[in-house]
Amino acid sequence: MSTDIQNPRSGQNSSGKIGSGKIAPQYRRGTGSKGNFEMFAWLFMRLSGVVLVVLIFGHLFVNLLVGEGIHAIDFGFVAGKWADPFWQFWDLAMLWLAMLHGTNGVRTIINDYAEKDATRFWLKVVLYAASFVIIVLGTLVIFTFNPCPVVNGVQLPGGFCPAP
Amino acid sequence: MPTKPAGTLYRGREGMWSWVGHRITGVVIFFFLLVHVLDTSLVRVSPEAYTAVIGAYKNPLMALGETGLVAAIVFHAFNGLRIIAVDFWKKGAKYQRQMLWVVLALWLVTFAAFAIRHLSLALGGH
Repeated sequence: MSTDIQNPRSGQNSSGKIGSGKIAPQYRRGTGSKGNFEMFAWLFMRLSGVVLVVLIFGHLFVNLLVGEGIHAIDFGFVAGKWADPFWQFWDLAMLWLAMLHGTNGVRTIINDYAEKDATRFWLKVVLYAASFVIIVLGTLVIFTFNPCPVVNGVQLPGGFCPAP
Repeated sequence: MPTKPAGTLYRGREGMWSWVGHRITGVVIFFFLLVHVLDTSLVRVSPEAYTAVIGAYKNPLMALGETGLVAAIVFHAFNGLRIIAVDFWKKGAKYQRQMLWVVLALWLVTFAAFAIRHLSLALGGH
């Protein structure tokens, strides 16, 4: 019984030279129909990353380390912050940048590990739907929120609220 | 005599393990973020709903979870800055290994400061 040892399937062409053979169709790169999207996504991860370090470290410091820390967090705490446009836009920027940064990160991970076309497609559909809902919800909450609600006919106390 | 490959920027050793850590912390932070936007959105439902859910978070187990989350965030932040340096600084790739040790040192200091403050507030009673 003889064993047939085959030539390697890649790396050599018929003339025996390495690296000068034709590229099999399944290894050809796309024709660039996606334009520069991946380059902009790569750049966005780095630019948004730098900004997010500042926004999130500031967020954690102000909410958890100053004063009574976590004990101070309740409705009045959030209302007091969002009565000020500065914190509204801080949190809005954090929401959008973090969600887009995280969505693109998870998109990369799906592309890396989900091998079937259909699996990759549906995982990304779920990802984009979830991200869209969270971004829209968060944006609406920041800007339609009333920091001075009247509960059971009583104005909630808050230094930032107008006198009833 | 053939020697063992010494590892490259992304295969084996510091380069690869920092990449693994960056992925895992990234996914953890992303799923937390989804939940965090949902719970904060309760301020739009009613003051009682928000304060009730936040009140349910104020227990020792969640305090440990928050501390772990901050550990992940701080690593992801500092290692992200290292990745930017690898990509944009001329000598970034050459010093990526040394930069990881700087990242880990900064991570330890920042995380320890946060953990001491947050856990003493959260577990110290009120």
